[in-house]
Amino acid sequence: MKVVMMGCGRVGARLAGMLDSEGHNVTILDIDAYSFRRIPPDFEGEALVGSGTDEEALVKAGIEEADIFVAATQGDNQNAMASQIAKHIFNVPRVICRIYDPIRQEMYQELGLETVSPTKIGADALRQMIGG
Amino acid sequence: MYIIISGGGEVGYYLARVLLSEGHEILVVEKDGKRCDLISEDMGEVVLRGDCCEARTMEEVGASRADMLIAVTGDDDDNLVVCQVAKHKFNVPHTIARIKNPRRRPLFEKMGIDRIVSSTELILAHIEQELPSHPLVPLLKLSHERFEMVEVKVAPDSKMVGKKLGDFKMLPNSLVCLVVGKEKGPRIPTMDTVLEAEDEIIAVTESGSEENLRNILTGMKQSTPRG
Repeated sequence: MKVVMMGCGRVGARLAGMLDSEGHNVTILDIDAYSFRRIPPDFEGEALVGSGTDEEALVKAGIEEADIFVAATQGDNQNAMASQIAKHIFNVPRVICRIYDPIRQEMYQELGLETVSPTKIGADALRQMIGG
Repeated sequence: MYIIISGGGEVGYYLARVLLSEGHEILVVEKDGKRCDLISEDMGEVVLRGDCCEARTMEEVGASRADMLIAVTGDDDDNLVVCQVAKHKFNVPHTIARIKNPRRRPLFEKMGIDRIVSSTELILAHIEQELPSHPLVPLLKLSHERFEMVEVKVAPDSKMVGKKLGDFKMLPNSLVCLVVGKEKGPRIPTMDTVLEAEDEIIAVTESGSEENLRNILTGMKQSTPRG
């Protein structure tokens, strides 16, 4: 699978490494080259400096051939915009978007993006550990 | 009307003043405390510190009874999300977004934002108007986004000088609405209107065919239509 990702933070870099080691074709974008230090040393994919909301950078990253786009920057709104560009301008078949705010996450889920809220997952996990 | 303005920067500030003077009920929502203080000092209790992307803030400001939301922060992505939250979570009937990057327009249109105002394009158009070398200036996108109002200037050495409007074979969806002469002032054009140097021609044309219209009027070779 061809995967284009945006945001090379801890989660982005880790996911990119996982997908790459499973043999997928991964390109990861970040606006700060310094973020790429987090990528595992055996990563064989591509790391490009650029924004996932910039259509030129997306084309360079191969968005037109991508099977999946993943938005995982720190900014909910940036992720939402980039994901909608991927879905509605480039017609990427699957678009996955991280949104911290659970309310916005639910809204974009209803609007057709595949979304995940680390806030909800984190709180749920902690609640489970507490038990009772 | 109850109008919520997201973003209390320069655009939000002056917009709020205009809308207040027209008697509307308005509320500016701004993240920055200093901007909030400045606005409330000048205009009173019309500002709330917060973020319109947050549903809680939108509930607090009574977004579900708002007639209109105008997103004018400096961030295109924030403006998009604010309009989407207003539309989909609070059923605000009319949303207007400012965009800085003109290339965002197709996305905002697809996402159903009712009106999109590109500050960059507007500034460029105004600067272009001042450039003598630029014969065609986009003035306004009409609310049917398919059509645009443009201005064509008749340069003193142009082939248009002395010709009748009827001499030009116009594009099917273009219409010359007004000719404004430097001395003669505005005149309603007919096929017999003779163009003079420094006339300004105001026309409505289909978006994308502005260049062809210019070429017809200035006698240049037609280019193939874009898109």
